[in-house]
Amino acid sequence: MKRLTDERTKILFEKLAKYIGPNVQQLIDRPDGTYCFREHRDRVYYVSERILKLSECFGYKQIVCVGTCFGKFSKTNKLKFHITALYYLAPYAQYKVWVKPSFEQQFLYGNHIPKSGLGRITENAGQYQGVVVYSMKDLALGFGILARSTTECKTADPLTTVCFHQSDIGEYIRAEDSLF
Amino acid sequence: MGRKAEYSEKQKKGPGRKARKQGPPKFPKKSFAPLDDEDKRLSHRQKQRVAKREQKKVVQKSKLKEKRTHQPRRQKEYNSESEPEEKQQAESSDEEVPKLVPVKKKNSNGFTDDNKDWLKLKSKKQQNTIKKHSDEEDLDEEQESENEFEADSDGELEEKDNEGTDGEEEESIDDDDDDDAQVGKLDDLFDDDEGNSEQDVDSENDEECATDDDDDDDEDDDDDDDDDDDDKLPIERANKKLKKRQDKDAKLAHEEMQMSVDQAEVFHLPEPGEDADKELSLQDVQQRIKDITQVLADFGKFREEGRSRSEYVDQLRQDLCLYYSYNEFLMSKLMDIFKLSDLMDYLEASEVARPLTIRTNSLKTRRRDLAGALINRGVNLDPLGKWTNVGLVIFNSTVPLGATPEYLAGHYMVQGASSMLPVIALAPQENERVLDMCSAPGGKGSHIAAVMKNTGVLFANDANRDRIKAVVANFHRLGIVNAVVSCEDATKFRSIMTGFDRVLLDAPCTGTGVVSKDPSVKTTKSEIDVQRCYNLQRKLLLTAIDCVDAKSATGGYIVYSTCSVLPEENEWVIDYALKKRNVKLVPLGIDFGEPGFTKFRQHRYHPSLHLSKRFYPHTNNMDGFYVAKLKKFSNTIPITKEEQEADEKQLDDAIASDQAEPNTAADNEEETIAPEAPRKTLGKRAGKPSLTDVEQDLKKKKLEKAKTKYVAKVFEKPIKMTNKISKESTSPVADTPKVKKEQTISQESPSSNKKEKSVKKEQQPDAQKNGQKPSSKAQPQHKTKLTNKLSQAPRMDVDELPLLEGKPIKRQNKLKQKSKQLGQLTKSKKPVDRKQKFKK
Repeated sequence: MKRLTDERTKILFEKLAKYIGPNVQQLIDRPDGTYCFREHRDRVYYVSERILKLSECFGYKQIVCVGTCFGKFSKTNKLKFHITALYYLAPYAQYKVWVKPSFEQQFLYGNHIPKSGLGRITENAGQYQGVVVYSMKDLALGFGILARSTTECKTADPLTTVCFHQSDIGEYIRAEDSLF
Repeated sequence: MGRKAEYSEKQKKGPGRKARKQGPPKFPKKSFAPLDDEDKRLSHRQKQRVAKREQKKVVQKSKLKEKRTHQPRRQKEYNSESEPEEKQQAESSDEEVPKLVPVKKKNSNGFTDDNKDWLKLKSKKQQNTIKKHSDEEDLDEEQESENEFEADSDGELEEKDNEGTDGEEEESIDDDDDDDAQVGKLDDLFDDDEGNSEQDVDSENDEECATDDDDDDDEDDDDDDDDDDDDKLPIERANKKLKKRQDKDAKLAHEEMQMSVDQAEVFHLPEPGEDADKELSLQDVQQRIKDITQVLADFGKFREEGRSRSEYVDQLRQDLCLYYSYNEFLMSKLMDIFKLSDLMDYLEASEVARPLTIRTNSLKTRRRDLAGALINRGVNLDPLGKWTNVGLVIFNSTVPLGATPEYLAGHYMVQGASSMLPVIALAPQENERVLDMCSAPGGKGSHIAAVMKNTGVLFANDANRDRIKAVVANFHRLGIVNAVVSCEDATKFRSIMTGFDRVLLDAPCTGTGVVSKDPSVKTTKSEIDVQRCYNLQRKLLLTAIDCVDAKSATGGYIVYSTCSVLPEENEWVIDYALKKRNVKLVPLGIDFGEPGFTKFRQHRYHPSLHLSKRFYPHTNNMDGFYVAKLKKFSNTIPITKEEQEADEKQLDDAIASDQAEPNTAADNEEETIAPEAPRKTLGKRAGKPSLTDVEQDLKKKKLEKAKTKYVAKVFEKPIKMTNKISKESTSPVADTPKVKKEQTISQESPSSNKKEKSVKKEQQPDAQKNGQKPSSKAQPQHKTKLTNKLSQAPRMDVDELPLLEGKPIKRQNKLKQKSKQLGQLTKSKKPVDRKQKFKK
């Protein structure tokens, strides 16, 4: 467990801001103690400071995971969020997309969302805005990037992709080995 | 002006005449009892006759009253010669003469077709007896009238009357004949019933004769009874008699059956080499299992002459092994554990899979919401039981339960019912520090976190790096954020971190309780596997106890669980820990399950072990499981540091030798039979201490040395409590020479020392008198001789101090490990030194 470098911190917060905007603040200033981001083997973990201290008893090799894993830095220093970050992204998300029940399963297999699968969408979302994808029963299914702004979505024809898939909860099964 | 209103002919609204509803049909009330309104249909002459008859009856009555004085004698005469039924009716007729006709009707109407035969007979007899007692002149007229009367009313009675009027002089004889015939008929009837059930025609005939004979005697007896219950209706009496007869028949039939069983079916136990060449079908084997079970149930009765019980048991074991495809070792263990009847239930239940259960993740949803969502997906489910508020049992499902969006969103975890029990027993509180020592795949760990509501800290550890991924995945999916997942050798945990409030140890085991999940256990497990498991389990349990802080405000508990049913891996391990550490068993807080064994074959465990619980597939419909909850009441360790190290060395040696040379270890096994099956690799869950090549070489050398000296690999021998206690109480001097003797024999000498100590500890768990031991020389912490707890409190503090904070210890231990690896230094010196420092 080590502190993130300034560069990586910047990348992380930029990325976070894409999805939850100014709510990043709420991840840092929490009423229930200090929380911090730490890096371990290129993965970013978000954890209470109290737990972090306790975890310091373990050796570098022995420690597997502390708190919640947000994502992983690639070799080229790009951060890719894992589905595990959804636990914190979903409640703070500013822009949301709801998929129809018929498309739910397809999204969970990693497909982009076409206009035909779109149930609802938050107003005023711009193009390439990070969104959290929900089912119509308000079950967070994953997150992605809008391919069209909300206004464009309304005029788009049914087969155009309106939201690019980034991560979905199906990965817990599909990609268990690569995730952790 | 306008039109004049015409109110008179106003059309009625609503349904017309045709549409009017027809009421329900009305039947005359007495249509099914035609006799009641007979008076109305009687002609004038008939009425006259009725009146006449009434008169006659009055006369009759008076006459009968006169005769009544003579009657008893008469009856006796009848009894000796004719059927008692007749007499009975004669008796009854006395009272019923006035309302003769109505009674008759009642009889004939009130009975079902089956009974009609003999009921007719009775009423006829009634008539006859009346006739006998009535005057001759009256008879003609009466019968005539009766005939007439019944002609309109009832057909059946008409027949009877015709019979009755055949000949007056023959009446008595007729009666007898009829009765005989009827009795015979009755007997036939019942005999047939029983004959059918028995499928034994010959015996039926014999029995018939027998019953006929008996009937006579029996009914003579009955007469006496009948005199008593005069007030009963003839039907009742007849019924009583019938019942009696049936009882007797049944008894006879039973006796006969018993006799035939006794004679015919003495199960022949095949000779050892008898059926070696014979081809046996599975049905044959099953039949033989049943037979032997029967024989063993009442050995004195069913045994074959000259065959011992053990022969039967051996044969049974072989058959069970063949039928259920277990290996001999496991089957013999199971036969030791269960009663014969329970064993069959257990084996049968182990063949079928347990119901699929899921646990609601209370962090994300409620059980009711989850149930609703799953029902919408076509899952048929029900709450698991009253003991849990998160469990759901799945009956069937149209979708794969491990891939529904609810599952992926972490609303539930697929988990066996039995795996919820340890966590319920552990009962973690919020804001506690909890350790799950062997956590993969994270079912119980996530349950703990859910119960703690994501507060406090949960340490999930597993030695296997492949399986630890599942823990991480599950924790993230279920939204657990307070967890630290590590991949350590759990046996070294006490050097990493201590001071936990609660520790859950779901120890790696042979898995003999989850045979339905993994049938390979039935054949692959052998003595050596069990031995390796329990050595590891002991080590883990001691570590778990050491990790707990006894002075925790809310906790200080350790829960030990396995999915094995063998006492070696359960009670014995707990018993061992009770001797080595200051822990006591506490109730689990689960109100079902069998209590743990306090004795098993020659072993005698601590009596408080009944507080632990065993769960079986056949009784609780969950996997075979064992759960024990320990409370640590003091942080001091009742045994000396040296003994502790000796223990650890022993355990390490045992584990290492189990891994390295299983066969030699098996040879060294003292009290258990040598395993037939070759050593199989243990499941993934068995954590293995990582040993360097150098270490392993050293161990091997040590082992070879030990072989020459004959080392007991099972170092903890069962203790006869009473003997030991008495020995101990006599004198502490007595055991020192013994210790010395043992030291000369082998390296393992401290074991005996430990044993006695632990026994002592059991005797007085509160007052720790370890300081009294004269043999404990290098023991700074046992200086005081005070038996009081209070006096110990400060000392415990000193002991604890270094253990509380994780980091400094860790560093020290790292150093220690390094030094150990380098120079094979003994562990003892350092900690003792440290403690002494603290003392100063």
